Amino acid sequence: MNTLDFETWIALNRLYADYALAVDSNDWDRWVDLFVDDCDYRVQPRENHERGFPLSTLALISKGMLRDRAYGIKETLFHDPYYQRHVTGAPLVERVEGGVIVAQANYAVFRTKLSQESTVFNVGRYLDRVRATPDGLRFEQRHCVYDTEMIPNSLIYPI
Amino acid sequence: MAAVFPIKPVWDQPGSSRIPFWAYTDASLYKRELERLFYQGHWCYVGLEAEIPNPGDYKRTVIGERSVILTRAADGSVNVVENVCAHRGMQFCRERHGNKKEFVCPYHQWSYTLKGDLQGVPFRRGVKQDGKVNGGMPKEFNTADHGLNQLKVAVRGGVVFASFDHGIESLEDFLGPDMCGYFDRLFNGRKLTILGYNRQRIPGNWKLMQENIKDPYHPGLLHTWFVTYGLWRADNKSELKMDAHYRHAAMVSTRSQQAATSEVTAGVTSFKAGMEVNDKRLLDIVPEAWWKGPTAVMMTVFPSVIFQQQVNSVSTRHIQPNGTGSFDFVWTHFGFEDDTPEMTERRLIQANLFGPAGFVSADDGEVIELSQCGFEQKPNHRTVAELGGYGAENTDHMVTETLIRGMYNYWRKVMDV
Repeated sequence: MNTLDFETWIALNRLYADYALAVDSNDWDRWVDLFVDDCDYRVQPRENHERGFPLSTLALISKGMLRDRAYGIKETLFHDPYYQRHVTGAPLVERVEGGVIVAQANYAVFRTKLSQESTVFNVGRYLDRVRATPDGLRFEQRHCVYDTEMIPNSLIYPI
Repeated sequence: MAAVFPIKPVWDQPGSSRIPFWAYTDASLYKRELERLFYQGHWCYVGLEAEIPNPGDYKRTVIGERSVILTRAADGSVNVVENVCAHRGMQFCRERHGNKKEFVCPYHQWSYTLKGDLQGVPFRRGVKQDGKVNGGMPKEFNTADHGLNQLKVAVRGGVVFASFDHGIESLEDFLGPDMCGYFDRLFNGRKLTILGYNRQRIPGNWKLMQENIKDPYHPGLLHTWFVTYGLWRADNKSELKMDAHYRHAAMVSTRSQQAATSEVTAGVTSFKAGMEVNDKRLLDIVPEAWWKGPTAVMMTVFPSVIFQQQVNSVSTRHIQPNGTGSFDFVWTHFGFEDDTPEMTERRLIQANLFGPAGFVSADDGEVIELSQCGFEQKPNHRTVAELGGYGAENTDHMVTETLIRGMYNYWRKVMDV
């Protein structure tokens, strides 16, 4: 089964748009709220993903860890200020199993530093598992598998 | 007023505590660094044996700016060859890893063994046509003279170093006894398992990365996580050690279990007294027998690599310079063959502290970039690395920049600056 009813399809697209809005507007509480409690969020080089190496650049395996990252961004990490802007492709729904939507989508993230031009920061693919909750659709898994061979210095905000 | 861009850079500062900004920006000095530090007289890191476990396995990497290939030949030996075809100079190996029986340059199909010996040259004896042999290589052409450039290789504890310089001292002499001791503590003969890579391009001079890991002054100030959780703090029991030339160093520290003393947190804006992690797995530190005490040993092997033990997270960090103002920084996280699944998971979760997105290491790349910006702006100026005095000596505390002064003491000698 790889088709969704119209309302669920709209809700899934809405979730993707909400996610991009949250991470592009530095609304880290909103970002955390888009996940279920026992979630799994990873940012992983494509190389590790394809070669079966488990290391991720970021591996946050609970909503608590997402909160710790949000706190780190707000309070502890020093970095040059920048904006980020996500462009996310349409979700490709692979299947629905046990009420969980398994989907993926391409993404591109542009970075703009103050007084500088906009550059391509990170491109890749989201590998998602999305669950229906009383609050609406939420991510139980979002794996950002990125092609970008070299991270331009550091990666502070979630992708 | 002195010119902002000195025409001929002269080190007019006493000793090595004030480093001219042009040491990070001058293009001709950079070429000399490649020549004298990366291509002569120094063992450079190329990888781990665990990356090429089987005959035929190879990994492409770099020493300085020169592309090289680490291989495991049919006889099981570990080799490093330069990725430049002996015929027309093509950098023939494009895959970053794989398994092959031989290397074949696609341009004219010259083929080499995994040790770099030339084995086949198409049309070497010419091509027969109408009873006559056309062309071919001259009869004096000897395949033995046209192999790939083969580097000298040293393997210790599963770590592979190589040098273009066949007259180089042994790896053990290069490291010296104290550094060998810390090296062997981490690489004590157990087989390593590769957990994966992180790659970042940092827009700063490569030496700044060495200096970052020779600078115990910043971690308890820049890095909230280190000061708040006592992982690296000015009141930790610690030692700073160098080899006899002051080029390599180990920063050795044992985590404080008590609350921080007020001297190290008063006025430190990065210290967060009330901070608690929501998910304790981020700091689920389990002491390992091989630590023999210290919770962190950060080792800089000049010029090319850093060996990291920060609690349960272990990695190699390979410095790959590309110009005065940029280097690639490649992290290889690993574990050991006898790790339990829980320990592997612990190493992977603690990796959130390190790498290009790490709670601790992300800021290091940022400050390096911004230091470089300062250097480019006025190359005639200089840094002041004078915490703890002017000299270079081992210490039993970390309130000093002795290791940076030691590195520049060595750098000035080798570079004739």
